[in-house]
Amino acid sequence: MSTYYAGLFADIGILFLGAMSVYIILATGQLSLGNAGFMGIGAYLASFLTVELQWPLTAALIAAALAAALIGVVVGFPALRLKGIYLAIATLGFGEMVRSFLLNFDRMGGSGGFHGMKHVSLATIWLWAGGILVLIVLLERSRLWLHMRAVHDDEIAANLVGLDTTATKVGAFGFGAAVAAISGGLFAHHYVYIEPGNFGFERSIDFVLAVILGGSTVGPGALIGAGLLVLLPEWLRFLADWRLAAFGVLLVLVLLTRRQGILDKPLLDRLTFGGLRA
Amino acid sequence: MTVLALNGVGKRFGGIQALTDVSLEVPAGRIVGVIGPNGAGKTTLFNVITGAYRASSGDVLLAGNNITQWPSHRIMQSGIARTFQNIRLFASMTVWEHLLVAQPRAGGLWRSVMPIGWADAEARTRAEDALVFFGLEQYRDVIARTLPYGIQRKVEMARALTAQPKLLLLDEPVAGMNAEEADELRALFHGLNARGLSILLIEHDMPFVMSLCHQLYVLNFGVLIAEGTPDAVRNDPVVLDAYLGTEAA
Repeated sequence: MSTYYAGLFADIGILFLGAMSVYIILATGQLSLGNAGFMGIGAYLASFLTVELQWPLTAALIAAALAAALIGVVVGFPALRLKGIYLAIATLGFGEMVRSFLLNFDRMGGSGGFHGMKHVSLATIWLWAGGILVLIVLLERSRLWLHMRAVHDDEIAANLVGLDTTATKVGAFGFGAAVAAISGGLFAHHYVYIEPGNFGFERSIDFVLAVILGGSTVGPGALIGAGLLVLLPEWLRFLADWRLAAFGVLLVLVLLTRRQGILDKPLLDRLTFGGLRA
Repeated sequence: MTVLALNGVGKRFGGIQALTDVSLEVPAGRIVGVIGPNGAGKTTLFNVITGAYRASSGDVLLAGNNITQWPSHRIMQSGIARTFQNIRLFASMTVWEHLLVAQPRAGGLWRSVMPIGWADAEARTRAEDALVFFGLEQYRDVIARTLPYGIQRKVEMARALTAQPKLLLLDEPVAGMNAEEADELRALFHGLNARGLSILLIEHDMPFVMSLCHQLYVLNFGVLIAEGTPDAVRNDPVVLDAYLGTEAA
């Protein structure tokens, strides 16, 4: 594979994991616009562990994921008292807070960024991405996921059929944060250089976009979304300066015709012969 | 044995006293009804029992445990299930998924994160039983919200029963149903009751309540004004005056 395509596929894997982190939280009906913040936490923490403490990458990624999950739960408790647009704005604020913290955190390079990571192979990125995808596809058939969907559909009714809606939402937030951190750790070890600007608001929006475009009701939708978000601008290169505008038009067209995103349950069932039903 | 007991329960919203000193009991294996005009506080009563509202005074006891301050989900996990006056089904779920979602959690976290098809044969059997019991087999994989009203009611009741409650709270279960559907439901409730389930219901349909309940409470402006067997309540002058009107006698 050429380096060009290897780079693109690495980007897809990393974006897919970021999108997945949004998808998990969205499954409980909460929109997070701050997941780049968790990605940044994962990127910096994993890099610190591998570069300064010489940890192996796998251990560093797991530690970063656990730390981000913990922060996600701590942030989630107050934030999840908010709903809808208010929660979205609060999470956006969290993401910016992380970015400006990193900007001023001289121990990890501040605005100058941080480097010294060993380059991670494409296979490793996809081992993580594939592993998380399988995990989510299985989880989507579990009782826990049904509980998350119940909270998504009607929180009051969910509470009154005996579900702990707060625990469900906070748990999903923590889990999403962990996946975003893995995405960040892999990002850091793919680009071998990170700076706070890598984890800004635009990246959070990319995550959300990948989910909405690819399909927000099934996990593999995020994969389709991430693939298109990375590849489409490349395929449209022949349009030169107009390519980003054309990309925008395509995006609007897809959403006008398929509000649920490209991949949904009926389509997925047809593609998998319905064999994965719960 | 008493499944549910309310001791002097009051609920105040700002300046409005929605419930005043309400005491009632649901003995095990009985069907108890609460009747009263609109705005009498019947749904508030249910919301206090289920923890959706906190009682301002008094105690709610479930099988002897004081549940007054418990959060809703804990109360529901401890043996109460309810249906709603306006049906509340989950918009994205099929009938089958509704029969799985409320089931009591057994086997810890591990079982709840594994695919249901692999890990939880017990839950599937229970859902299958409910599907057959309510005659919902043909709707198994249909999104429940797209079904006719009467069937949605059944799905909601089936969901409540898969939680394996000791006590079922029914909020106007025959509202919007015709006589035939109401008869079918009455037979269903008698059947569930015969299996040992205690039921507390709120209902406007007088013939339905009178023919179903063992015991009735009459609520008016948040105060219990009468209690007794359906016959006793039907002939109670206070009730006649407040609610039923003389022609119902």
